[in-house]
Amino acid sequence: MSKQKIIPIGPYHPLQEEPEYFKLYCEGEKVVDVEWETGYNHRGIEKLAEEKTFEQVFFLVERICGICSTSHPFAFANSLEEISKVEIPDRAKYIRCIIGELERIHSHLLWVGLAGHFLGYDTVFMWAWKYREPVLDLFEIISGNRNSYAMFTAGGVRRDIEQSKFAKIRQDLSELKKKVDLLTGAVMDDPVIHARTKNVGVMTREDIIDYAALGPTARASGVAIDVRKDDPYAAYGSLDWNVITAEEGDVFAKAKVRLLEMYESIKIIEQSLEKMEKIPEGDILTTIWEIPEGIGMGHAEAPRGEVFHFVKTDGTNSPVRHKIRAPSYMNIATFKKSCVGQTISDAAISLAAVDPCYCCTERMAVACDHTSGKQILDGEALIKRSQDKTREIKNKVK
Amino acid sequence: MAEQLFYFFIYPGMLFAGIIGIIFAWADRKVTARVQFRQGPPVLQPFYDFIKLLLVKETILPKNGSVIFFLLAPVLGLFGATAAAVIILMPALGLTSGFRGDIIVLFYLLAIPTLMFIVGALASGNPLSSVGASREIKMVLSYELSFILIIAGVILKSEMTLQLNEIMALQQSQGAFIASLSGIVMFIAALVVIQGKAGMVPFDMAEAETELAEGIFMEYSGTAYAIIKYTKYILLFILPVFIAEIFLGGLHFEGIHILWSILKVLLVLVLMILIRNTNPRLKIGQAMRFYLLWINLLVIAGLVLHYIGI
Repeated sequence: MSKQKIIPIGPYHPLQEEPEYFKLYCEGEKVVDVEWETGYNHRGIEKLAEEKTFEQVFFLVERICGICSTSHPFAFANSLEEISKVEIPDRAKYIRCIIGELERIHSHLLWVGLAGHFLGYDTVFMWAWKYREPVLDLFEIISGNRNSYAMFTAGGVRRDIEQSKFAKIRQDLSELKKKVDLLTGAVMDDPVIHARTKNVGVMTREDIIDYAALGPTARASGVAIDVRKDDPYAAYGSLDWNVITAEEGDVFAKAKVRLLEMYESIKIIEQSLEKMEKIPEGDILTTIWEIPEGIGMGHAEAPRGEVFHFVKTDGTNSPVRHKIRAPSYMNIATFKKSCVGQTISDAAISLAAVDPCYCCTERMAVACDHTSGKQILDGEALIKRSQDKTREIKNKVK
Repeated sequence: MAEQLFYFFIYPGMLFAGIIGIIFAWADRKVTARVQFRQGPPVLQPFYDFIKLLLVKETILPKNGSVIFFLLAPVLGLFGATAAAVIILMPALGLTSGFRGDIIVLFYLLAIPTLMFIVGALASGNPLSSVGASREIKMVLSYELSFILIIAGVILKSEMTLQLNEIMALQQSQGAFIASLSGIVMFIAALVVIQGKAGMVPFDMAEAETELAEGIFMEYSGTAYAIIKYTKYILLFILPVFIAEIFLGGLHFEGIHILWSILKVLLVLVLMILIRNTNPRLKIGQAMRFYLLWINLLVIAGLVLHYIGI
């Protein structure tokens, strides 16, 4: 029996830029257990949302995550519209779909690049990110921002997409399709990528259901779960597109699902543009004057899976309770299944394969005593500690 | 004695090989950048990086490691690489004719830097470094066998000559070894082996930035790391030169041959850079299998082809 040692990935590690801590318990190169710690970057967004008006909360939830910055407002808008029982204009529905799908494309391209980087294949990293640029440019044309688009509001969208921009959007999309073709070919046909990703981090159908994994992680194991199909919101119900699934459940299948989903997204955007041509410009908002007392649940399919927002209101202009659950919260738990028994190399890419987003997942961390389970430090003690530290440093400088 | 010291430390040894190696490192970064749609650094950037690392940055010593071995290892590695550089470069530059058996000595000298990196990594007492070291040991065990087989092949092709100078002279009179099928096969194998020796993707699993956070070099900083970098620069220069010498008809610095010699070395370098940029990192088990089975089979096929006479 060889001695176990801890290989730390985090809290700061070049694998992933966000602060998170995976303890890989290893025997030699083999991972025998994984432990996950978080709470390095808790921002108290849910609490903050209770102190803001509904209009302001849209901007707040948009800043939960930099990559899927539309899925949170999307889900929040859905929940508010459920409370106030309004139907938003058709044009706004299509604009919402376009923004959501463009975001999916750029997020998936970003993941393909990062996955390449984690495999040491920096060329794919740079190429994928280069191809992501036109998508961000499209966002700038549509919303004025390359990221955090500020397009959503309760009852519709804040900005229209003018008919005159359609030609440019269509042209960019057809060029993007060629680039995605190239990237898909490069990834799907590379024998070394096959050697690195096939049969690595396999999640079976049963594992996915046990862990309640979401999004491409689940779809790569043959679980066709997608909120856009299962409970259509915005205009997804009236458009023609497919849920992409794969059966293998390994890292390669996850890459394949993401690459093929980009084509579906392009399809959705093209159809939305077509339908929007028949609707006059300007009709994008059903003004909601007052949000009544009630409970609203909204969800949206983010690039990583289902984002879920729960909002409780009391008739005033801010939520009483706002609960957010991002898909990574479910997906990160699968590491226990996908990493154990693999080598460190495989574990690193298995961690990356679910496209974890730690800023969405951050939870408050409480330091407890191991045996008694009693809380060691509370808020006041932490403040006192930080003040002591400042005093200590000040004395040193003097 | 003074002459030998000059050879070792200035020309064509430590200083000369290092400076050319830094320029090669710039070429590596520039070509990589262009392949990846980036602009790439200016020519002097690797010099700036190196000087800053050597003179400005602080050297942090590991608390739980053996400091003597930790610091001695890079220095010994540099000396090993420099000795190899001198033996490889002197015949090419026409300074001496070398000695009988120098190609065998080279096999040992080229292994020293890697072994010293392993010693340094193990002396640092870091768990990630120790994983990196164990990977590096596995790599050494895998590619050295192929390397000695390739050298044996070269010796066979040069009619049992054990001297680098004579191998080159033979190629100049009878044509380069790569002009035959067996030569091409062994050249491909040699290219893969030096890729592993230089620690470049797809064989950089000992460093593996995104898995082990630089693995074997993780604890090094400041001057000690600068010495390691310098060793790697020298290796980046002499490994392509060595391959050009034993397969591509040798190097000869006279008249128009200067141009051909430089082009040969650059060809090997560019091939290495392109392999590095078109492959993901292999797993250690896959790399071992690749060398021990496929590359060895390839070299043996080359030897058989040589006996058949093609």
